[in-house]
Amino acid sequence: MSSVDAPKLGGTGGDEKPHVAFWNDPEKRGYLFQALLFVFVFFLVYQAADNAITNLTKQKIATGFGFWNNTAGFDIGQRLIPYETTSSYGRAFWVGLVNTLLVAGIGIVLATMLGFIIGVARLSKNFLVNKLAALYVEVIRNTPLLLQLLFWYNAVLKALPEVRDSVAMPGGFFLNNRGLFMPEPVFGASFSWVTWALAAGLMGYFAYGRWAKKKQERTGQQSPVLLVGLGLVIVVPLLIFFAAGQPLSFNIPDLGRFNIRGGVQVYPEFVALLLGLVIYTAAFIAEVVRAGIQAVSKGQTEAAYALGLRPGPTLDLVVIPQAMRVIIPPLTSQYLNLTKNSSLAVAVGYPDLVQVFMGTVLNQTGQAVEVIAITMAVYLTISLFTSLVMNWYNSRKALVER
Amino acid sequence: MNTQVVSASSKAYVRQEPAAVLPPPGSLIGPLAWIRDNLFSSPSNILLTVVAAAVAYISIPGFLNFLIFDAVWTGADREACIAKDGVVPGACWAFVRERVNFFIYGFYPVDQRWRVDVFFVLGAIGVAWMLWLKAPRRDIGMIYFLVVLPLVSYYLLGGADWLGLSAVDTARWGGLMVTLVVAGVGIVASLPLGILLALGRRSKLPVIKFFSVMFIEFVRGVPLITVLFMANTMLPLFLPDNITVDKLLRALVGIGLFASAYMAEVVRAGLQALPKGQYEGAMAMGLGYWQMMRLIILPQALKVTIPNIVNTYIGLFKDTSLLLIVGIFDFLKAIETARIDPQWAAPTTSTTGYAFAAIVYFLFCYGMASYARAMERRLSVADKR
Repeated sequence: MSSVDAPKLGGTGGDEKPHVAFWNDPEKRGYLFQALLFVFVFFLVYQAADNAITNLTKQKIATGFGFWNNTAGFDIGQRLIPYETTSSYGRAFWVGLVNTLLVAGIGIVLATMLGFIIGVARLSKNFLVNKLAALYVEVIRNTPLLLQLLFWYNAVLKALPEVRDSVAMPGGFFLNNRGLFMPEPVFGASFSWVTWALAAGLMGYFAYGRWAKKKQERTGQQSPVLLVGLGLVIVVPLLIFFAAGQPLSFNIPDLGRFNIRGGVQVYPEFVALLLGLVIYTAAFIAEVVRAGIQAVSKGQTEAAYALGLRPGPTLDLVVIPQAMRVIIPPLTSQYLNLTKNSSLAVAVGYPDLVQVFMGTVLNQTGQAVEVIAITMAVYLTISLFTSLVMNWYNSRKALVER
Repeated sequence: MNTQVVSASSKAYVRQEPAAVLPPPGSLIGPLAWIRDNLFSSPSNILLTVVAAAVAYISIPGFLNFLIFDAVWTGADREACIAKDGVVPGACWAFVRERVNFFIYGFYPVDQRWRVDVFFVLGAIGVAWMLWLKAPRRDIGMIYFLVVLPLVSYYLLGGADWLGLSAVDTARWGGLMVTLVVAGVGIVASLPLGILLALGRRSKLPVIKFFSVMFIEFVRGVPLITVLFMANTMLPLFLPDNITVDKLLRALVGIGLFASAYMAEVVRAGLQALPKGQYEGAMAMGLGYWQMMRLIILPQALKVTIPNIVNTYIGLFKDTSLLLIVGIFDFLKAIETARIDPQWAAPTTSTTGYAFAAIVYFLFCYGMASYARAMERRLSVADKR
């Protein structure tokens, strides 16, 4: 590989190409290397597949995706879609996937909020705020996520009181070592009116916002977008809610001696995973936000002040749009990290995709190749899809250069 | 000039020496002014200060009390750390003190533990040699770190009959030692592999580029835990029947491949930061591809990206904790095993174990992060020149 190119000395004679051995011609050598690599990879894959087939037949493990419809026979604690022990492995896969998406979705929203707060606090001129935020970021970033998850699950949530000594919180919330119990909303028949009103309000808000922006660009006059939006999205659905006779009640959990009946149970595994992911990722998002805001030069703020903008609009119209341009690409990769890190659920027993599918299903069927391939394909799809969406967003927000 | 000075000095009301510089007004310097500027400059700032002080007041004394002031430092078993008179004491450091050898060596035979200590010392020498930029003969240090140290460690820890070192099965390795071995292998393996992958990704040869991109994007798109599962369950399937792969080795393969994909992207960023003129200049000098990379491109590209490389190493070090999920007895697994031991069953045992683990991980990672920051400053100074 480390052969040396002979320096091609020109001027030996006209257009005639100098005679070089093929191993000294970079172009031909390139073909050779590529052919060698291709053969090598092909050989590797062939060997691996061959061995795998031999080994699998020897161990009498079935191949193919026939197991998908077989009965799973195990139970899953947290499920958002119907699932029983008689359901199929395929159903278990969907339960796990929905659980992964649930924790990742909520985690991304919460981590973004916490991360932006800490990131801004990290830039605060206030000494105390600044140092506290720095302490948070340093401690959280320099310890493994798995350690934090185990801490939240084993040291904090498992140490909560037993069911009969539940911590009762106002509003019908109960906290104990089996999780957080919340009132369950029960929607009446006429609640759909409120949903429709909300949807219509949101659409109206967006339409009004577009119209207001066009108007401002045309005439320079501003419209009360926020006020109208609040009215459309909150006040109108509320009015309809009361007009329809308040079609919403709550099923408040009932604390018994050994059990809690009714309400919604949030499992401690879910809480531990969510807490760990949010706190960990927020520290990274904080650094991303800090870098993004610092990337906007001070002259931008000064120029905005010189033009007579007040601090609020300066932040809104000048600093944040420019900072977002720097923030969004690394923020995306943090979102993806959070999603991928949610696979650590297996350590605290939260039934996510990896725990359910790559854990239990793999153990029961022994079909490692198929199960791992499906799991990896899911994460790859999520990653690629997020990248696509973010690239699209990024290209819309990117600096349009002359 | 001279005459002016003479004429000026002849007038009694003209000052001869410059006036002494007055200190700034008392309201602008000193601790009070600092406090006003940094804590109470505006109503909103005062509010922030109050909130932050409340947060600090609630959290920091609690931490300190738990970790230091209320902690139990000596004791033989759980009796020392259980609640007395209804008061639960703080951290149970007695537990950590008794189990610290277990945390470091795992189940490594007691009479052979000096070998691990020698490994630690050799590793520390290698790390110091590499990190200290003014150290003598860093080229030898490089060879020592990348070639000699791995070979020596392999025989030292695993055993070598021809040296009179008894064999110690990797199943008995454990604790911090395993974490450091895995992190070390990851660090040593991921940089060269990452460089090759990054060069492959920027190659003009389509097949090489295709395989590099596929590998990098595939590995970066899936969680480490799936890669570890794959290495753990699928590697034995892919190999011929008569070859059995050590469990630790499987995990090492997984971690090494995973880290090299991330390293490839870091190196690629460094390569992209170099102006095109560097490549063209090297080619104009008549250097071949590998000469150009080795002598011109990589030294500069790696230099600008050192902070990112170290950050990747920090991630790698933290990721080694995932090994416990595939059943490797690493440092965190040692803590997990010890904390549920009934001999030390006390209310604070788990928290103490996790606190100890956090401190150890923090020291390693913060050390690396500080080095990266110092490096960044050094580089930015060099760039300003």
